[in-house]
Amino acid sequence: MSKRSIVPFGPQHPVLPEPIHLDLVLEDEKVVEAIPSIGFIHRGLEKLVDKRNYKDYLYVIERICGICSFMHGMGYAEGIERIMDVEIPDRAKYLRTIWCEMSRLHSHLLWLGLLADAFGFESLFMHCWRMRETILDMFEASTGGRVIFSVNKIGGVLKDMDSAMLKSFVEMFDKMEEEVKTLTNVFLKDYTVGSRLRGVGILTKEDAILNGAVGPMMRAAGIEQDTRKLGYAAYGDLDFDIITGKDCDSFARCEVRINEIFQSFNIIRQAVDKIPQGPVSVDVKGNPNGEAFVRLEQPRGEAVFYFRGDGTEHLNRARVRTPTFANIPSLVKILEGCDYADVPILVLTIDPCVSCTER
Amino acid sequence: MAKITKSPWLLHYDGSSCNGCDIEVLACLTPVYDVERFGIINTGNPKHADIFLVTGGINEKNKAVVKQLYDQMPEPKVVVAVGICACNGGVFKDAYNIIGGVDKAIPVDVYVPGCAARPEAIIDGVVKALGVLDEKQKAFKAAKKQKGENK
Repeated sequence: MSKRSIVPFGPQHPVLPEPIHLDLVLEDEKVVEAIPSIGFIHRGLEKLVDKRNYKDYLYVIERICGICSFMHGMGYAEGIERIMDVEIPDRAKYLRTIWCEMSRLHSHLLWLGLLADAFGFESLFMHCWRMRETILDMFEASTGGRVIFSVNKIGGVLKDMDSAMLKSFVEMFDKMEEEVKTLTNVFLKDYTVGSRLRGVGILTKEDAILNGAVGPMMRAAGIEQDTRKLGYAAYGDLDFDIITGKDCDSFARCEVRINEIFQSFNIIRQAVDKIPQGPVSVDVKGNPNGEAFVRLEQPRGEAVFYFRGDGTEHLNRARVRTPTFANIPSLVKILEGCDYADVPILVLTIDPCVSCTER
Repeated sequence: MAKITKSPWLLHYDGSSCNGCDIEVLACLTPVYDVERFGIINTGNPKHADIFLVTGGINEKNKAVVKQLYDQMPEPKVVVAVGICACNGGVFKDAYNIIGGVDKAIPVDVYVPGCAARPEAIIDGVVKALGVLDEKQKAFKAAKKQKGENK
């Protein structure tokens, strides 16, 4: 019988740029139990609805997370539009879809880089991040920001992309797709990468359902569910399949995300083909009175937003259930029984976004 | 600055930022901005670091962590507050769990504004920090020398 010991992981840790703390109960080199504790980044921004009016609050909620900032802003705008019965122009819906997919692209490339860094493949990390910069340049050209875009507004979007810009983006994506293919082939075919990912951190379909996994974590376990199929923004008009994996391990999660990158390229191309002409926003007057639920598919999984207004300019309540928070029980599950040296990779395979989780 | 006299190593800690400044700090290290060509390396060990980059404001829970990381770094050391949240709390200033900028916990030498701080601004901040580090080093050496003479 080996002795048990507890090793703290984080909050400051070289693998993750964000603080998450895990108490790992070890028996020799095996993890028996992982006890997460969160709250290092808690800011209490949901409570800021008391201090900012509902139009200004958009810029606060965008700052839940710097990676899916566009989608948080969009979730809020959709929620308030639903409460106030605002029908936004079709062009705005398509623009939102394009920016959403661009967010997914840069988020997945960022994740692939961090994963490569976690298993010690430094040059692969650099290549992933180099490619990500191209997408950030496109964001800068179209919205003016690299990280925080502030391009949503209640009633549409603030900026339009002209057809020349959209065309140049599609050309850039065509070129990028080849490069990304070369890059992701390393993840999918390299022997050393496979040896670190295959068979590690298995989350079975039953466990995924039991622990309420979301996003690529859930789809890698073979569950066919994607919130985009609900048809918010312009997703209802676009044709795409739900990507699932079957091996339930870290490799399957990597594969699902890689396939989603190519899916995003396709969705953007379709959206650019179909985008209608017209205005990009409508004026909104009055204050929200009522409540709304919004579900969005973020790069990390499904986010759920809840807003309630009482007819004043301040909302009554804002609440966000973010995907990483939903994936933490699954993380604890896959950490049980893993090797101590695999912990960083397993933490990364849920694609943790701690600032989303703690808000 | 005429020349860099040292290859400074960075320690990065995410106080309570939205992640935006953190990915921009990491973006500085990757090919487009590539500060590694100046010998700047992101280290995970506070005892290896010369420059402490903190993003995000200070809250009750991370105050002790930031303080502890700062105390573990060897002298001379420089603290750079990256992003407006690290400077004074930024958009979250009024949130109930934010005490304020990083200077509420540890002394800050360079403030880099922006939401999120752009990589160019972060690099500029680090270059400014290098100047401060040089001065601190001179003062540190002088103090040491004086101590030796007094013996």
